[in-house]
Amino acid sequence: MASVKTNTSKKKSLQHMTLQKKDALTGYMFIAPALISFIVFVMYPVIASFVISGFDWGILTAPRFIGIENYKTLFKDPIFIESLKNTFTWVILYVPVSILVSLIVALAMDMPLRGIGFFRTMFYLPVMTPMVVCALLFVWIYNKEFGVLNYILSFLNISPIGWLSDRNISLISIALMSVWKHSGYNMLILLSALQGIPESLYEAAALDGITPWRKLINIKLPLIMPSMYFVVLTSVIDAFQVFTEVFIMTKGGPGYSTHTVSYYLFANAFEYGKMGYACAMSVVMFFIILAVTLIQDRIMNKNIQYDS
Amino acid sequence: MKQSKKSIIISYTILIFATLIVLLPFFWMLVSSFKSQRELFAYPPKFFPSIWKWENYKQVLNAGSISFFEMFLNSMKITIPVVIFNITFSSLAAYAFARINFPYRKFLFMMFISSMMIPGAVVMIPRFMLFTNLKLVDTYWPLILPSAFGTAFSIFLLRQFFMTIPIDLEEAAVIDGCGKLRIWATIIVPLSKPIIATLSVFLFQGTYNDFMGPLIYLNTDTKFTVQLGLAGFRNAFSTRYDLIMAGSMLALIPILIIYIVCQKYIVKGIVMSGLKG
Repeated sequence: MASVKTNTSKKKSLQHMTLQKKDALTGYMFIAPALISFIVFVMYPVIASFVISGFDWGILTAPRFIGIENYKTLFKDPIFIESLKNTFTWVILYVPVSILVSLIVALAMDMPLRGIGFFRTMFYLPVMTPMVVCALLFVWIYNKEFGVLNYILSFLNISPIGWLSDRNISLISIALMSVWKHSGYNMLILLSALQGIPESLYEAAALDGITPWRKLINIKLPLIMPSMYFVVLTSVIDAFQVFTEVFIMTKGGPGYSTHTVSYYLFANAFEYGKMGYACAMSVVMFFIILAVTLIQDRIMNKNIQYDS
Repeated sequence: MKQSKKSIIISYTILIFATLIVLLPFFWMLVSSFKSQRELFAYPPKFFPSIWKWENYKQVLNAGSISFFEMFLNSMKITIPVVIFNITFSSLAAYAFARINFPYRKFLFMMFISSMMIPGAVVMIPRFMLFTNLKLVDTYWPLILPSAFGTAFSIFLLRQFFMTIPIDLEEAAVIDGCGKLRIWATIIVPLSKPIIATLSVFLFQGTYNDFMGPLIYLNTDTKFTVQLGLAGFRNAFSTRYDLIMAGSMLALIPILIIYIVCQKYIVKGIVMSGLKG
């Protein structure tokens, strides 16, 4: 009896083993296309970028290994420094404004109002719109002589502003356009987080006679922190890579006032053909984004830790 | 739950103000696209054109070395394969990550997820060199291939959805002797129509709106996509904002149609993508 029993259980475990193996094989087959594509189009290029950044690599000339020479040149290159400065300015300008706008609109939409669907649809429209279209549209709106913005401002006795031609404000102008274009996305994420807050919490708070302001500070904001973290992180990562709007609206000008790292990198790679130099820039960008992500993870995770 | 009257009024004010700010530029694009040049540069500007100049559109449709319609076809030659193949292969991978046990599953999934944080610039140049060596520059392949076999975001979104499908449904199929591929094709995919619709919209919009990719890879103007051709208008017409706005309107139309038809899927998808895995 006993020996029979062990036999069947052995058989079973054997069968189990082969099933497991079969499963694993199927699993790998299913992810194979995605995984191979990932290795060829993501992993290999990332590693290659690091390698190429060590070379003097032109389009026509033979690559020559120069070690960290590209990085040395990079941090002595006044245009790169300017681009780096502009990129940080951009992130500091764009991210807080964009998230504040998204949050305010999301809070307003989280009310039992009529026609919320309409407002939501409209507010998301710029997100769908191609960036090229938005950029061209704002080039026209920002036009110094004939643009409608300066016309509207003339009623407030503000003399015409060179939104894109004045090097002190060109970056701000593009950032404002970008806020206009992108806020709908973050708004929807924050809105869905707000709507996920259980009604019972509000009811309990209402019993305590809580003011709307305290409700915002003590209930709503803490509870949407995980979504806020997601929104901040993705916005920062995107903001560091700003390219299309700059390329269309100002081509990095006037002067170097709207040169961003992405723009300068693109110009180096595809206009001047300095591939190694451009790769060094992309590596610097990689580490900046990595650092920002890690720092943010630290700060935000500390703030999210509430147990209830 | 009752809201105070004050907060309702404040909310409405914010929403109306925000919507106006969002819509006014679009309104300006529309009216500018119909104006004559004289009215375009009139000061003070008139809101509506005195004569709606449809000729602007006629002129723009055939402005470049290829017509707008051909540019649209070019865009579709990239967009449609990307949507179809990306969803097919992403959902296969997502199904494996959601339901099949295999070694290093968690590690591989995390690898995909964390790759979403890699800036595009880091992969841009080696990819360009790769496609140069393959002699594929100035074809649509470099714009299709990297997205065709599944991408991190799609896999993530689909996996999130697959996790919510009750496992009992599959167990019944396993007892009937169905293989995993059968289960994926006959149970999982049909049940996932909403998320597939959402992802299709995202991929369509992302690929159709893409500017940097075509800018890097396409040189021959007969191969230009809508976005690339439209950006070219700025150089070709310089200050003819009437034509530039008309072109922008035309480029926006396909997106508008998609947006109106698929609105509910978009909202759903964004809500899901915001959830942490």
